[in-house]
Amino acid sequence: MTNIVEVENLRVKIPVSAGMLNPVRGLTFEIKKGETLCVVGESGSGKSLSAFSLMKLLPKIADISADKMQFMGRDILKMSPSELQNMRGNRMAMIFQEPMTALNPSYTIGNQLVEVLRRHQNVSVKEATERAIYLLEKVGITAAASRLSQYPHQLSGGLRQRVVIAMALMCGPDLIIADEPTTALDVTIQAQILHLLKELQEEFEMAILLITHDLGVVARMADRVAVMYAGEFVETGTAEQVFKQPVHPYTQGLLSCIPVPGKTARGSRLGSIPGIVPSLIGDMRGCAFRSRCPHANGACHNNVPLEKWSDDHFKRCVLDDTALTSIAKEAIA
Amino acid sequence: MTHSDTPVLELNGIKKTFMISQGLMKGTKPLYALNDISVQLNKGEVLGIVGESGCGKSTLAKILLGLMEPTSGEVLIDGQSLKGHKQLDISRRVQPIFQDPYSSLNPRKRIGDIISLPLRVHGIGDPAEHERKVIEILDLVGLPKRVLNNYPNQMSGGQRQRVAIARALIMKPEIVICDEPTSALDVSVQSQILNLLMDLKDELQLTYLFISHDLSVVEHLADRVIVMYLGRICEQAPPDRIFDEPRHPYTEALLGSVLTPEPGQGVPDTNLGASYPNPINPPSGCRFHPRCAKAMDICKSNAPMLQQINRSKVECHLYE
Ligand SMILES: Nc1ncnc2c1ncn2[C@@H]1O[C@H](COP(=O)(O)OP(=O)(O)OP(=O)(O)O)[C@@H](O)[C@H]1O
Ligand SMILES: Nc1ncnc2c1ncn2[C@@H]1O[C@H](COP(=O)(O)OP(=O)(O)OP(=O)(O)O)[C@@H](O)[C@H]1O
Ligand code: SF4
Ligand SMILES: [Mg+2]
Ligand SMILES: [Mg+2]
Repeated sequence: MTNIVEVENLRVKIPVSAGMLNPVRGLTFEIKKGETLCVVGESGSGKSLSAFSLMKLLPKIADISADKMQFMGRDILKMSPSELQNMRGNRMAMIFQEPMTALNPSYTIGNQLVEVLRRHQNVSVKEATERAIYLLEKVGITAAASRLSQYPHQLSGGLRQRVVIAMALMCGPDLIIADEPTTALDVTIQAQILHLLKELQEEFEMAILLITHDLGVVARMADRVAVMYAGEFVETGTAEQVFKQPVHPYTQGLLSCIPVPGKTARGSRLGSIPGIVPSLIGDMRGCAFRSRCPHANGACHNNVPLEKWSDDHFKRCVLDDTALTSIAKEAIA
Repeated sequence: MTHSDTPVLELNGIKKTFMISQGLMKGTKPLYALNDISVQLNKGEVLGIVGESGCGKSTLAKILLGLMEPTSGEVLIDGQSLKGHKQLDISRRVQPIFQDPYSSLNPRKRIGDIISLPLRVHGIGDPAEHERKVIEILDLVGLPKRVLNNYPNQMSGGQRQRVAIARALIMKPEIVICDEPTSALDVSVQSQILNLLMDLKDELQLTYLFISHDLSVVEHLADRVIVMYLGRICEQAPPDRIFDEPRHPYTEALLGSVLTPEPGQGVPDTNLGASYPNPINPPSGCRFHPRCAKAMDICKSNAPMLQQINRSKVECHLYE
């Protein structure tokens, strides 16, 4: 299958008052046509910045570098401003974590939806409006025609989010980057939107990069999962591998924090990972998780590569196979 | 005068109507965001609210906070009308944590100033004390001291949400209205924040209204749960009733759509059909009937009455 996205060693640096921040530290991944890659991980670990990097939408002061960063065979870092314009919203569309970043408060949602399509494709206002209504209904907004004249602030959080999802789908993109697309929605609408994404994926072989904290969504949507911590992938694999045989201590910690009805007593304290993420300012050495890891040892002070654990399952941890197997067994028990 | 079993906050027969423009020259139509809602919040309890996106949860929260006037009905704080209270006095006792941290944090202010603002507005303590309190609360929400001088746009979504939580909690309010407080957080930070909210509850006898789409979180925390659909409360019960024995067909549909972290299970079918309700033109009879798998003839014409079954209150013809 063809790769829609190929990224090698993606790095983002942002100068801040205290020094150089390294929020994304060498990501390598690919996304195939029709595939869903889910990225989960610590809040602040660089998920959104990585997504913005693909769209080349980082703040101006940020420095972005990669050995390779291609979208449909073309080098994103070398695209001209007009090529980027043409790619964004059209072939590659993003559903932002905060819907208000994508919506202009002073235009009606109808205006904004029609505008995205007309900017990129030669269609009439009437055709664009029809597509807007079709998609709004698909994302579960009734009386869509009457919603077109509303302004963003007149919509509930979840309605706004669905407008943004519809907007991202207007041009029928090859890749959709969805940053927390359904967290603002109730679970029934969430299920319906996930069905819609899967449908479009099957029909048009759309690739999806899905960033979410909702491990339920990840488990049900992902072909592949990447677990991110402090700017790096610490574990990658299929959904089956990551959920059923998590090997990295961070992944194991994360999975143990979910309240499981029936297992976690109501009102009891929830499992958590003690400690906080290290500062990403300046040079870093060693495993970034070591200060919080229950299994850390001296070797964790050395840099740790992402290594193969089994077939498509990779981990960034110094522990040897026997140690990891035994803590992995403990984690699932 | 307050009495120990007077609810700390109470909504009585609240209606909220928005007038919606139908487009150029087409006039306006009413949107009934809340349609006769009565809710009591008792001291020291966690009241969970779940429901359809757009069913009126945030509107209800804003009315409880005194930030929005209801179209009709009354809001009582300690049994007295909210109307007689100054906004400043209300905000000292009732603090919000809003859904969208992006629009609720001033982009031109530094994080330290954002968090200490409530202390300054209420004239509590001196600058040295402000700083001490800010650092203390930052630590509690799991943010390092180094973010104090950052601006909101230099923080990730989850970090911003923790700033909003810190700002609400620094006042040690009596009542916290949480609108999706942890949905922007990863599960490890989420459990840290939820543990913190529960500790504060025990320590300071806090009362929470907890709006969330995450049913497992609501099940875990709430003492009582309200399920809303299109501006009405359709079911109300303690969490064990709601989650182990849902009565209302909408509650059932909600529970059936929860995605547990089990790979290979796919996304369940909600069995709700695509006839989403239009709040401008709500369905006749039971507002849920066009999507209800168990709807009967009577559901199309008559609105169901509230029924009490054991510890559950349900609005559904199935139980009449
Ligand atoms: N414009 C900026 N200037 C300085 N630092 C920034 C900027 N944008 C993001 N950061 C920092 O970079 C890190 C990564 O941010 P990012 O938004 O990618 O996190 P995330 O993984 O998406 O987190 P979340 O799950 O909370 O949304 C964070 O520590 C954040 O504080
Ligand atoms: N200022 C406003 N003007 C017009 N309509 C509004 C306004 N605020 C809210 N509404 C409408 O009222 C209804 C209820 O909105 P509300 O924000 O309370 O929903 P919600 O239950 O919080 O939804 P969500 O879970 O999506 O946040 C929605 O149909 C919304 O579009
Ligand atoms: S009243 Fe009728 S339509 Fe409404 S929920 Fe009950 S069975 Fe379904
Ligand atoms: Mg983010
Ligand atoms: Mg809301």
